[in-house]
Amino acid sequence: MYDKQVRRRRAILALLVGLSLILLTAYFGESIGGPLKTIQRGMLEVLSPIQEGASRALKPFKDLTNWVGDTFDAKDRANRLQKERDALRKQVIGADQAQQENAQLKRMVNLDANKDLALSTYKPVTGRVIARSPSLWFTTITVDVGSSDGVRDNQPVVDGSGLIGKVTDVTSDAAIVTLITDHSSGVSSTVQRINDSGILQTAAGNPNDLLLQYLPPKSTVKVGETVVTSGTKSSRLDSLFPPGIPIGTVTKVDPEELNLYQRVHVKPFADLRRVDFVQVLTRPHSRLVVAKASTTSTP
Amino acid sequence: MNAPPTINVSLIVRLVLLGLVAVIVQTTAISQISLLGVSADLTPLIVASVGLLAGSIPGAIMGFGMGLFVDTALVQTLGVSSLLLTLVGYGAGRLLEVRDPSNTLVAIAVGAAATAVSQIGFALIQFLLGVDAPVSFLLVREILFTIAVNTVLALPVYVLVRRVVASALPEDPRRRRARRASSVAGGLSPLSQPKAPRRRRRGLRAT
Repeated sequence: MYDKQVRRRRAILALLVGLSLILLTAYFGESIGGPLKTIQRGMLEVLSPIQEGASRALKPFKDLTNWVGDTFDAKDRANRLQKERDALRKQVIGADQAQQENAQLKRMVNLDANKDLALSTYKPVTGRVIARSPSLWFTTITVDVGSSDGVRDNQPVVDGSGLIGKVTDVTSDAAIVTLITDHSSGVSSTVQRINDSGILQTAAGNPNDLLLQYLPPKSTVKVGETVVTSGTKSSRLDSLFPPGIPIGTVTKVDPEELNLYQRVHVKPFADLRRVDFVQVLTRPHSRLVVAKASTTSTP
Repeated sequence: MNAPPTINVSLIVRLVLLGLVAVIVQTTAISQISLLGVSADLTPLIVASVGLLAGSIPGAIMGFGMGLFVDTALVQTLGVSSLLLTLVGYGAGRLLEVRDPSNTLVAIAVGAAATAVSQIGFALIQFLLGVDAPVSFLLVREILFTIAVNTVLALPVYVLVRRVVASALPEDPRRRRARRASSVAGGLSPLSQPKAPRRRRRGLRAT
């Protein structure tokens, strides 16, 4: 009797572990349209309305808990924000002047129309965050907009502060957004002042620390400088992200690290743990883009 | 060594509902709340609590099912969470069957161990699957903080799970321990206790 129980227990454990390993192996080697991924997408379709309802119902609880946390570090934050405000006030004065000069220069070299066309090809669709992964490794969120709203794979996603990620999976009513802090993410970025480009990747385990890698060896990047998306102007190798979307500020420049690994540390503008609403930059149909191009180029 | 509790329909229904609600609450609320810069992960705590209350087989099955649901709901690599949570549920269940711990504080230690297995195991599997990430101090700190936050939550989660499943368990662990303690202390089982001598009624004796 005892032996039978032990055998049964061990058999169940072996079965469950074996099933897990088979699933893991099959999923890892499967293509994007494979059966397991299709099942996952189907489940997402079923679960997204439930998650949306639960997210709305539990919002007061989340807000209360976050409010308690915010109260503890409110004083530090207020001091920091005052310093930032003073610094930004100075920058705004300089930026106003630079903007005027920039507009004049743009008109002079006739680049304004092209820039506007590039930006106007994106149509923002606002979505609410209905779920997020608790894991350090899969930094993804689920939003309540999907293919029925024009959302497609690989579209950039922003919030009020800047870039937060890209769409990696879509159903009719929901989409999975892989954040820029995910290990699989890599964003072509530029340090705005000096125009040095690199690839922005995550430092696993800390959502507030990104690494801007592959900078030029003699880069003069400094702490506090703004990092934005590079984008591309080539029609053959079109970037996922439009140029100029703010990503974050440089927080640490270690000369040794810069020389050896050509990288600096960047803190994203967006608070990725507390994103409630996002905007997916959807593309309208290519014919609309062409039509718009023809109307803007017509005198 | 105790015989593993049998699984009945009521227990299965309760565990399925518990798993579904827990994963939805985890993904829609708990994961969005930051404590010490990390989010609590209730899934290993719930699976470990089920193992501690119901035994190794229900614990392992609960772990597998809940892991599969988490991976499916969050579009993650299928099988990773199920593998780790199966081991967590089985381990907690074996602790019940071999040691039958009576102290409620054991739930805290088991919760911390379950979270450690889940977090460290997840990291190891990700590295084995070829995720290119540096093993930084920050990663270790994040894992440690998650274990600390989960340790604080382990006891409330255990009490909650016990409230949900206790009435469906074939035998309440507390009653079983109380009965065993009384038998170990020298008491005999009700079947083998000697009957008390009957008192004669005075009325009968008088005749």
